[in-house]
Amino acid sequence: MSANKSAKPKVAVHKFSSCDGCQLALLDMGPALLDLAEQVDFVHFAEAGPFDDQARVDLAFVEGSIATSEDLARIRLIRENSKMLIAIGACATSGGIQALRNYANGMQWAAQIYPQPEHIDSLPQSTPLSAHVKVDFELWGCPVNSTQIVGFINNFLLGVLPRDNADKVCTECKRRRLPCVLVSRGIPCMGPVTRAGCGALCPGLGRDCYGCYGPAENPNTDSLTAQFRRLGLSPDDIARRFKNVNNFSPAFREAAAKAGGTHD
Amino acid sequence: MNLPLGTLRFLGFHKLHELFGELQFRGYRCMGPAIEYDAIVFRELASAKELPRGVQAEQSPGQFRLTRDPRNRYFAWANGPQAIKPFAFAPRESLWQVQRDQEGALKFEPLAPQPAKTAIIGVRACDLAGLALQDAHFLKPPYPDPNYEIRRKSLFLVAVQCAEPAATCFCASTGDGPTPQSGFDLTLAEMENGFVISAGSEAGTEVLAALKLEEATPKQVQEAKEQGEAAAQKQSRSLPGRDLRPVLMNNLEHARWDNVAARCLSCGNCTAVCPTCFCHAEMDEPSTGTGESLHVRQWDSCFNEGHACIHGHNVRPDTRTRYRQWLTHKLASWHDQYGRSGCVGCGRCITWCPAGIDLTEEIAALGVNA
Repeated sequence: MSANKSAKPKVAVHKFSSCDGCQLALLDMGPALLDLAEQVDFVHFAEAGPFDDQARVDLAFVEGSIATSEDLARIRLIRENSKMLIAIGACATSGGIQALRNYANGMQWAAQIYPQPEHIDSLPQSTPLSAHVKVDFELWGCPVNSTQIVGFINNFLLGVLPRDNADKVCTECKRRRLPCVLVSRGIPCMGPVTRAGCGALCPGLGRDCYGCYGPAENPNTDSLTAQFRRLGLSPDDIARRFKNVNNFSPAFREAAAKAGGTHD
Repeated sequence: MNLPLGTLRFLGFHKLHELFGELQFRGYRCMGPAIEYDAIVFRELASAKELPRGVQAEQSPGQFRLTRDPRNRYFAWANGPQAIKPFAFAPRESLWQVQRDQEGALKFEPLAPQPAKTAIIGVRACDLAGLALQDAHFLKPPYPDPNYEIRRKSLFLVAVQCAEPAATCFCASTGDGPTPQSGFDLTLAEMENGFVISAGSEAGTEVLAALKLEEATPKQVQEAKEQGEAAAQKQSRSLPGRDLRPVLMNNLEHARWDNVAARCLSCGNCTAVCPTCFCHAEMDEPSTGTGESLHVRQWDSCFNEGHACIHGHNVRPDTRTRYRQWLTHKLASWHDQYGRSGCVGCGRCITWCPAGIDLTEEIAALGVNA
């Protein structure tokens, strides 16, 4: 660890089409953020104060999906200006909740809502960063949490990428010694197909996971769909389980389509 | 199925609180059954009053439902999702830390756990068999696992005979239950007004002596014995008790592996609730700016991606090969390692599989006849 202040890596935090919630993973850290600021130089982080969106940086954390032509131009510039680009959160990794419009005619909606829809600059689809630029690492979640962000930075400072934990939420749930709520309560938990990282937040409150960390590796959505059917969910109900904040991730998109029903 | 040797005594229900009191007096925190999220788990209990009396559980593949026991007993439930495993083999713990000093040299320091002395009340015969297998793995000379050993030594085990096996239980066929035979400090058999109780260790003998109980009557002893025999008879599932190595290893390309892979979620719930699964992953977690890093060990599973990653290549990329690895290790190659099968018949992998996969059914479909 270098004590030389001038050698501190430069970090930017950018925002696209999103709710700002993932940036709170940094702000929510409290005093630990000050420790982090000793190790890296936050040159652009509008929500916290520093503003220099053109800065050349070592590490760029990017929240939000690409939904407008302005977004598209900006993410390409950020890519050019950043040695490493990290997508944070469901919007940046899979297109976010706003990708639900990808299943409909968004411009038709705009025409119904706005008196002058020609001023709306909207791409046909809301898409993840990886659809447009090279992404060096993805931190999934809606929102991501401080442990993920700090874990990434701590590993980065040692010159490595963190372990990419794409195991199921079930692995974290069982390490917390929680009973499986799908089995004990018969509720449609998405844990068996959802990526870990939240620490089994919802099952820890006796509730069913709703898949906010996106698809895990090797997800058997067909089998989970069959279990949801056994629990009494209708095709629409099942499709809605998958059509949440990560609806545009290929695994969940396909599962929702296969579930059938009239939901769109 | 015989009850263990040693003097059998009788602990009336009205004296159950004295058992808790005696254990607490000796410095143990008492962990016992508690209801959480409609399941039965082990949690710290302040007194016998907190035991969930009259609770039973209906278990079937992928389903666990609490019911009322018409006889209002304390231990009419067969088992919950959790055996003793997490108390000895911690789900997640730091093994050591490393620090870089100002000259750049690395300093390693072991991190030994300091567990509270813990009495677990309501341990089943299958759990004890599972713990014996965990002991065989973790305490094997010449390199016993220090963290496991420290936690293991902190435990005082109060076993209980199973009188009401669940539909998913098959411990009679694996020879591990339903009446505890060894490995406990105290063991109970629940009768109409109390428990036939006996000791299985020096520590258990001391606690039993301090309780100053009457000897159990020959009738009570006989009833407890018959209750265990009846519980064994009630079990509807079974697993062939013999070594399944030849039949499993000769069927590695059987079509059934594809069939089960279509249903398996590869979520690892079976391995987490299994009282014998011991696989774990180790990783390093650096802290911010202090030059310190923790070396962490946590439960892993053969159903996880990283379990079969060797030099960047995953030798078990799909569910078919992961499920096959689990079943062939558990029921076949476990014999090579520990001289017996790794299955103790608790049925947890059947109940707690969200997809309701039943290993006894899979074994039958692979052409293994009992």
